[in-house]
Amino acid sequence: MVYFTCFLGILTRELLRFWQQRSRLISALVRPLLWLVVFAAGFRAALGVAIIPPYETYITYEVYIVPGLAGVIMLFNGMQSSLSMVYDREMGSMKVLLTSPMPRSFLLVSKLLAGAFISTLQVYAFFVIAWILDVQAEPIGYLVVLPALVLTALMLGALGLLLSSFIKQLENFAGVMNFVVFPMFFLSSALYPLWKMQESSEWLYQLCLFNPFTHAVELIRFAMYSQFNAQALAVTLSCTIAFIGLAIWGYDPKRGMVRRKVGG
Amino acid sequence: MSDAVLAIEQLGFQYGEKPVLSDISVSLQQGKYYALLGPNGAGKSTLFSLICQLLRPLSGSLHIMGKNTQQHTRFALKQLGIVFQQSTLDLDLTVAQNLGYHASLQGMPGAITRQRIDEELTRFGLADRAKDKVRALNGGHRRRVEIARALLHKPRLLLLDEATVGLDQNTRDAMNTHLRELCDIEGITILSSTHLIDEVKPNDELIVLLKGKIKLQQRCKEAMAALGVETVQQLYRQMHVSEER
Repeated sequence: MVYFTCFLGILTRELLRFWQQRSRLISALVRPLLWLVVFAAGFRAALGVAIIPPYETYITYEVYIVPGLAGVIMLFNGMQSSLSMVYDREMGSMKVLLTSPMPRSFLLVSKLLAGAFISTLQVYAFFVIAWILDVQAEPIGYLVVLPALVLTALMLGALGLLLSSFIKQLENFAGVMNFVVFPMFFLSSALYPLWKMQESSEWLYQLCLFNPFTHAVELIRFAMYSQFNAQALAVTLSCTIAFIGLAIWGYDPKRGMVRRKVGG
Repeated sequence: MSDAVLAIEQLGFQYGEKPVLSDISVSLQQGKYYALLGPNGAGKSTLFSLICQLLRPLSGSLHIMGKNTQQHTRFALKQLGIVFQQSTLDLDLTVAQNLGYHASLQGMPGAITRQRIDEELTRFGLADRAKDKVRALNGGHRRRVEIARALLHKPRLLLLDEATVGLDQNTRDAMNTHLRELCDIEGITILSSTHLIDEVKPNDELIVLLKGKIKLQQRCKEAMAALGVETVQQLYRQMHVSEER
């Protein structure tokens, strides 16, 4: 009961903060919608999509990129939460969380779950708009995809948390965008099928396969069509566990996460 | 050791190769106000971070209510109320929401939380500000909210890290009076770090920290009598000068 109360408090705070910063929702949706409406319109003709699993027939480019754009929302959200963790640490409010008597691992996982909940809400808001724009999957797919979305949000949130434990200053965060977010995004199957990448460059294709975001996107893609991709699940789940473990290690006081921050 | 609310023994800590605290031994008793005095960089905030387990000591031990803090982490943190040097309130949330968040981190049930928020806000004269966003409060009120928050779960030891910095004289005086009442009436032990010497009163227990070492732990008026000085400023200056030599 005590743990549930604590988790509920963390979730409530994240929801309240999200509600206070409604522009976050708008900006989170604008990016994928630009890809869906503008980019896809321009590249539809140039990038023909062959019949590849899980699709059983030819699909439009818009349909292809919807799972990838769902992943992108969660990728940026994970990094946003990383940014807010660094900000909280710089401003000192992280200390309120870390001096709670609850186990630190529980607090960090609760924060991750709360972030994953908000990410998933944003993805469903995107699905609704895509549906209105006539980019649709089977209705049951929107339900089946839920666990895949939560797992992906947890993996990316944990990656953000891990990064935040190593980023010393807010100013260093631009590096995360250049060296983590964009490579993860472009070296994945979010915008183009991997066979297209393989046609162009074998080593880029291998990098894409190495990228956990590729597998998260494929997990979402298959789930949206009520299919199961075991390899994608195995990679995404393993990376989630590894990132969470490393993030908890990163926030261990033995390592002195706040060492550089106390002074006085 | 078992009588002490906080017992620190031979505590040492360093950042990399740079020693920050060495051989710190301090014992705090229930219901007393301890003023931790030292210049910037003396190690006050580091000591606080060690007490509230944001850092782990490299040597020595800390006991809260007789229990080792590293072995009984949850118990130890439950006994602590903490006001950090930097404000840690969420500016976009209301006063009640900030307090509610803290209560949930302490695992306090909803009904008790609401009652305690009412009690603490009333005590600090902020009952009518519960639904205001923290951003709308002035510095003095924000500090009061932080102290109310730190007391919400009824801690045995209140840690104040330069809690009055940036406040005007009247607000500081009112807050200092109020804090000493907490010790006298509620039996809470307070450890308050400051470099504002005028905040230390003759009846306070004085701890002087210079260059990472405890130079004095004694009741303030007794320390002044022993050194033959009349004010805390004179006492502090004398200690500082002898340290420099």
